[in-house]
Amino acid sequence: MSGTWISTRAWLLMLPLLVVMVSVIGWPLVDTVRLSFTDAKLVGTAGSFVGIDNYAKVLTGSNFQRALVTTTWFAVVSVAAEMVLGVLAALLLNQQFRGRTALRALMILPWALPTVVNATLWRLIYNPEYGALNAALTQLGLIDSYRSWLGEPGSALTALIVADCWKNFPLVALIALAALQAVPRDITAAALVDGAGPLNRFRFVVMPYLAGPLLVALVLRTIEAFKVFDIIWVMTRGGPANSTRTLSILVYQEAFSFQRAGSGASLALIVTLLVTVLAVAYAALLRRAAGAS
Amino acid sequence: MLKSTRNALLGATLLGLTFAGQAYAETTLNALFMAQAAYSEADVRAMTEAFTKANPDLKVNLEFVPYEGLHDKTVLAQGSGGGYDVVLFDVIWPAEYASNKVLVDVTDRVTDEMNKGILPGAWTTVEYDGKRYGMPWILDTKYLFYNKEILEKAGIKTPPKTWDELAEQAKTIKDKGILQTPIAWSWSQAEAAICDYTTLVSAYGGKFLDGGKPAFTSGGGLDALNYMVTSYTSGLTNPNSKEFLEEDVRKVFQNGEAAFALNWTYMYNLANDPKESKVAGKVGVVPAPGVAGKSEVSAVNGSMGLGITATSKHPEEAWKYIVHMTSQETQNAYAKLSLPIWASSYEDASVTKGQEELIAAAKLGLAAMYPRPTTPKYQELSTALQQAIQEALLGQTSPEDALKTAAENSGL
Repeated sequence: MSGTWISTRAWLLMLPLLVVMVSVIGWPLVDTVRLSFTDAKLVGTAGSFVGIDNYAKVLTGSNFQRALVTTTWFAVVSVAAEMVLGVLAALLLNQQFRGRTALRALMILPWALPTVVNATLWRLIYNPEYGALNAALTQLGLIDSYRSWLGEPGSALTALIVADCWKNFPLVALIALAALQAVPRDITAAALVDGAGPLNRFRFVVMPYLAGPLLVALVLRTIEAFKVFDIIWVMTRGGPANSTRTLSILVYQEAFSFQRAGSGASLALIVTLLVTVLAVAYAALLRRAAGAS
Repeated sequence: MLKSTRNALLGATLLGLTFAGQAYAETTLNALFMAQAAYSEADVRAMTEAFTKANPDLKVNLEFVPYEGLHDKTVLAQGSGGGYDVVLFDVIWPAEYASNKVLVDVTDRVTDEMNKGILPGAWTTVEYDGKRYGMPWILDTKYLFYNKEILEKAGIKTPPKTWDELAEQAKTIKDKGILQTPIAWSWSQAEAAICDYTTLVSAYGGKFLDGGKPAFTSGGGLDALNYMVTSYTSGLTNPNSKEFLEEDVRKVFQNGEAAFALNWTYMYNLANDPKESKVAGKVGVVPAPGVAGKSEVSAVNGSMGLGITATSKHPEEAWKYIVHMTSQETQNAYAKLSLPIWASSYEDASVTKGQEELIAAAKLGLAAMYPRPTTPKYQELSTALQQAIQEALLGQTSPEDALKTAAENSGL
């Protein structure tokens, strides 16, 4: 009896939150689903029902397929690099040395910068006429003439991945550093006494503490990377020759530049579905990891 | 408890009303402008200040975005119920804005004096289907800028009159080792590339559309892209052009790293400013060249207008503001960055002084301004063409195939 009361009260207390959630997430989602079955424009006509036309066109179109490949490549490479760099940075910052506190604070900076500032900064670094990258590489004798990093389809995506890594590896490093500091010193000391080398100490002593938090970082970063928009929009707008057009850029162009709200909505829902699948897969992984430890 | 909540809510509502009452004592207009090229942000603020001084009951909130954000920001605001009263719009958008009811038809507001005084070419900036959707404000086309010193060094007496001559002169400069890549363009995957392309299309006598269907895949449209590709592959064009926007072109030119550059009016006075530029005093300007037997000069209509949004609650005040911003007095005062829309301004010594060369080029260029296609689907067509240009430049496809694909993807 009292149990029912408690759960009723719990629901009552949650009601304001539920109302807010339903109105800011639920309703727009339902409306997006409705839109995706119409040929509505962004302004003007409300649009009429067209069934699954939008989905059929989007899924069979070469634009979508190419953007999916570009996005996947971007996400996989940038997240992998961010994880490796993040862990290495955390291991370094976990050592005792002078200036460690200053370095820790400094490392957060790229992550704390707004993405647009970060993107503008990197566009300057990559500038083909007077960018710092060209100057540095020429002085080191690695290239003999200035190159157009964002103007070549071969290098544009890689250049974007580097910029994205620079911004986001500090987050991974931060999470990893927190985990590292939870490793009990007596265990590492014991491993040292037992004669475990640095690699083995990392693999068998440190890694179990790192795995959980790193998985969380991996989930966050993969989902973010899959939705990447602003850094690309500022640096290349999807060019050159659409070589950096990711799914989010495609959604933006379809819905807002071309004002086809209907097919833009269907595209957005497909992207949402893909991200959800990823999130669910990761959640299962997380549960398994939690169960294991 | 319920009662106190209700009282609190009531209190909050009343408080809200008081604030609202104060906020609406004077009318505030929200205006969306561009943060680059033509008039500077400081100029627009100064023009606006003159307006609010004369109309103390009106306030104008100014918002500046880069050109690339202007269209989407306007459309997004409209899609979510408005926000702006006055918006700056490019010559390519009236068709789309009119069909989607973004802008108010102001045909009846235009006075006889405006009708007679403003250059006929300027009006085409704001017209669609026989109606006017605002006032022309920035009158602009792309000109051919050249570095007088470099041309002199190469022994070239007069700037090029045709595009072929331009290529020959650039080759001379390259061969003499004065500059590796003498020509700079803005061919980034953006609208800027379409403006350069359109200039060439007009030179080659090409057409974008014929009866509403793409007509750029052959004839002048194809010749134009072929010219771009040849200029690029022959090494006469700065290869970084394919990631340049107008400001990049200006930087390269005023650093003395380009002998020729295609750009808008605003570059003339900036590149001649010793504080900004290494080539001040050496900047020459002529209309963009023509093609033997087809055209004398070439030009793209790159003008922009100011319009009232359909969601504006203060259309009267918005119009008043637009009239001020486009008045001959305002335009003459800021003629160094954008040439006036008023015909008689060009006879006014205070406007022409110090920029006689630009005015001479403008007389030919403005008269030859070629429009980009007027279609509600412009944004799609432009995106498809931008892709085609980049693919052809990169050698991924031939110009013919690139344009054919663009025609298929144009939505027309």
